Amino acid sequence: MLIRGVVCTVCGCCCDDLNVEVVDGRVERVENACSLALSKFKHHSSDRILKPLMRKGNGFKEAPYHEAIREAARLLVDSNYPLLWGWCLTSCEAVKLGLELAELVGGVIDNNSSVCHGPGLIGVQDIGISGCSLGEVKNRADLILYWGSNPVNAHPRHMARYTAFAKGRFEASRGDRKLIVVDVRRTETAKLADEFYQIEPNSDYELLTALRCAVNGEEMELNTVAGLPVERVEELADSLISCRFGVLFYGLGLTMTYGKSRNLDAALSLVRDLNRKTKFLIMPMRGHFNVTGSNEVFTWVTGYPFGVDFSKGYPEYNPGITTISDVLRREECDAALIVASDPIAHLPSSLADTLKKIPMITVDPHRTPTTEASRIVIPSAIVGLESTGTVYRMDGVPLECKKILNPPPGVKTDFEVMSDLLAEVKGLLR
Amino acid sequence: MKMRDLNIRNGVVYDPLNRIDGERMDIYVRGGRIVETPVKDAEEINASHMVVMPGGVDIHSHIAGTKVNVGRLMRPEDHFKDVLPRTGIRRAGVGHSVPTTYVTGYRYVEMGYTTVFEPASPPLKTRHTHEELDETPIVDKGCFPLMGNNWFIMDYIRENKYEECRDYVAWLLEAVKGYAVKIVNPGGVEAWAWGKYITHLDEPVPRFEVTPREIIRWLCRINLELKNPHPIHVHTNNMAKPGNYETTIETMDSVKDMASNTDGKPIIHVTHVQFTGRSGTSWVNVGSGAPEIADYLNKNRHAEIDVGQIVFGDTTTMTADGSFQFLLHLLSGNKWANSDVEVETGAGVVPFRYRRGNYVNAVQWGIGLELALLVKDPWRVHMTTDHPNGGPFTEYPKVISWLMSKKSRKRLLGKINSTARRRLTLGDIDREYSLYEVAMVTRAAQARSLGLTWKGHLGPGADADIAIYNLNPKQVDPSKDYLKVRKAFKKAAYTIKDGVIVCKDGEIVETPLGRTYWVKPPLPEESLESLASNISGRFKEYYTVEMDNYVIDEGYLANPQAVAPAR
Repeated sequence: MLIRGVVCTVCGCCCDDLNVEVVDGRVERVENACSLALSKFKHHSSDRILKPLMRKGNGFKEAPYHEAIREAARLLVDSNYPLLWGWCLTSCEAVKLGLELAELVGGVIDNNSSVCHGPGLIGVQDIGISGCSLGEVKNRADLILYWGSNPVNAHPRHMARYTAFAKGRFEASRGDRKLIVVDVRRTETAKLADEFYQIEPNSDYELLTALRCAVNGEEMELNTVAGLPVERVEELADSLISCRFGVLFYGLGLTMTYGKSRNLDAALSLVRDLNRKTKFLIMPMRGHFNVTGSNEVFTWVTGYPFGVDFSKGYPEYNPGITTISDVLRREECDAALIVASDPIAHLPSSLADTLKKIPMITVDPHRTPTTEASRIVIPSAIVGLESTGTVYRMDGVPLECKKILNPPPGVKTDFEVMSDLLAEVKGLLR
Repeated sequence: MKMRDLNIRNGVVYDPLNRIDGERMDIYVRGGRIVETPVKDAEEINASHMVVMPGGVDIHSHIAGTKVNVGRLMRPEDHFKDVLPRTGIRRAGVGHSVPTTYVTGYRYVEMGYTTVFEPASPPLKTRHTHEELDETPIVDKGCFPLMGNNWFIMDYIRENKYEECRDYVAWLLEAVKGYAVKIVNPGGVEAWAWGKYITHLDEPVPRFEVTPREIIRWLCRINLELKNPHPIHVHTNNMAKPGNYETTIETMDSVKDMASNTDGKPIIHVTHVQFTGRSGTSWVNVGSGAPEIADYLNKNRHAEIDVGQIVFGDTTTMTADGSFQFLLHLLSGNKWANSDVEVETGAGVVPFRYRRGNYVNAVQWGIGLELALLVKDPWRVHMTTDHPNGGPFTEYPKVISWLMSKKSRKRLLGKINSTARRRLTLGDIDREYSLYEVAMVTRAAQARSLGLTWKGHLGPGADADIAIYNLNPKQVDPSKDYLKVRKAFKKAAYTIKDGVIVCKDGEIVETPLGRTYWVKPPLPEESLESLASNISGRFKEYYTVEMDNYVIDEGYLANPQAVAPAR
């Protein structure tokens, strides 16, 4: 059976034009998939967890699902200050339940953006954002700038579907568009660019500020900026001003380098300033397929996109105090619920070590370093393959994923697991 | 959930749709609906010395969807001051100008409102709007998809393909489960996608070669032919610019000739007219165009408006009119968000503080009230603040008190910018709304305009959505005791939704999930098929999602209620 219009649940591109042929409950063939997507469709069944596990001594024993849920609920209810972490490789439906759970147990709930694109969100709180949907870029953009981002490797279809190589209504071909890359190394994306600006590491803020000077007509009494001759900076500024419709896409090369949210303040301000001269927009290259959705749901339920503390009963937000890094650094949490994330593999080792010391409940389809260190592990279905669910593309376009395969027998969806956990917690608190 | 039958005794009832003006009477509720006779074994509510009205209906309030969430994201400083902890009944959240979804539902209900419409949803992102509406508790709701800058519609107009355009509008309403045709700055938002502006009704839209006038006329004609329950809902061109009252009148006048066979019901709703009711030629001599607009409305029955009153203080402005938000950013220097949406529309968000001492803001305050007081027919001038643009909806009690009391207006008039005070006619207006008229502009007229024939009144068969306010009309003179009026409307003594007491003494006591209304226009199956084959090629070319993934199944909504065309 060929299933058309499948939404890919790998990166923030959320390509929704995949055609997947399923034969005997197996993926036989995938059309329109990039290498990352192909790998997911091909290898989704390796390293799966098939039964709930509970720690026994140095190993695990398999446990009945309801026992695992009951024990997980008890752990969360008994905890003084639990951490609820993850929420970006799952559906919005599961995130909604996670937020209610955080409210109930008075915990701190945070999602992956606090360690990836969070600085961009803080930037929006400082400056605002000149944003648009990806179709605007496809149809109108004659200048595309990737900054600290390498879509050829990280978002393989981004340029073909939405930007430089896309066919739009008003800008129909690659020749109609100028592609500029700013990066610290000559990436695969940079090799395709019309103009490449190789800058010194950690000098983004400097260059962005210089560009703002140039765009706003101020003279720079400098010879070089960020390792570039000042003439090249002015040349870049001229390119930005002289386009009809420009877009700046930024990656972790901007959010996680020196300056962090200040880099984004500068980038967002530059794009804002450019709108006095032409039309210019800016968009983060979000990594996980539903990190944007996670931010959206967090925001409409609590007012804040990540790092929300419910210990006082109402939502509080203060990056530097209420994100995963903060609460682990202060060693304040005494239990953790990890949903669809692998913090042990990705956090700095000192924070991972802290996390390992507290009882963790992990809900994940696959065996990961985090599941190995958990007290309770509950397997789940893969969103977009084995379960439906709403996800938000990097530009905030919501899409509903399809279920194209059955999950392994007995394995429930994140939504079901969270519903059961929430019901159990409510029962204990009654 | 306690679904009890109710006998509401001895209230002073204001029910304009049934011509009941302050009569002392009983209201009976069985099975979530109003019935004619007392119900046995029902809960008795003693409403003596209290005002009883149908539940409030808000025709235009930005409560859900992309731009609202951008507003929330952008304004942590707005949230810190106003937090709501979880209780056994209520979810937690934050309030002030862009409340979280749960708080939005609670605060409307606390004021006796039971139905709210989100008036600007980009079709491509309407799934998001529905997600938020599904998490907005208690109230019934719906959303208006934005169509005034839609490429398909503009192409059909240029190619003069009326039937195809009509079928597309019907398809779009159904595809995204929308309730009414919304037009924002027709053609102007498409121009803004290029950083350009449209300044009058006959200026061609760049690269489309159709005019705002054509867009409005085509959509008005289509809306009438589809017999949609609500007229076209129009945010005009030239938002906020001095002299734009002329655009407002021209917009209303542009469809006047289509009104002949519509049994006198308005065929165009012009929204938040305070923002488009300005006279003058610059920011120095900007003034009120309210007298001219009111004069037009008093002479022409085919148009209606909502006010979009401003309330002094801090708020968050947001609209699909991205060009206006950029201008506001330039004027104010405040942070700015923009959100253009392919093929369809745009949006912008800018925080703003309305100041009494600021000349323009003071004029704005005057324009809104002049409109409300100079338009003679309260059925055609709905009370809104264009939440949160003029101010948060939680300020409605203040607006009601201004409508009801010259004294309260005078008090504030004395404190506003003195040049504005001199130039406004507001000080000379003696009219004061009665409670009967307040019931019109806050529920009865809005329900009627939306075509919700089972709402906005307390006749048998109506939904038992009821507000009871702790205000004794025999003792309180709203003209003098306006503070008592404010207090009463701020926290309803009871709010009843579908027969369930959801709020008592201003506190939420039950949180059922309200319905989401959407309109299912009549569209024969063969039209639908030919439409799909007609647009699928261009859809693929223009959009970045598949057409099948664009359509929102009814089952996606938590509690959908399809409404058949009613006109």
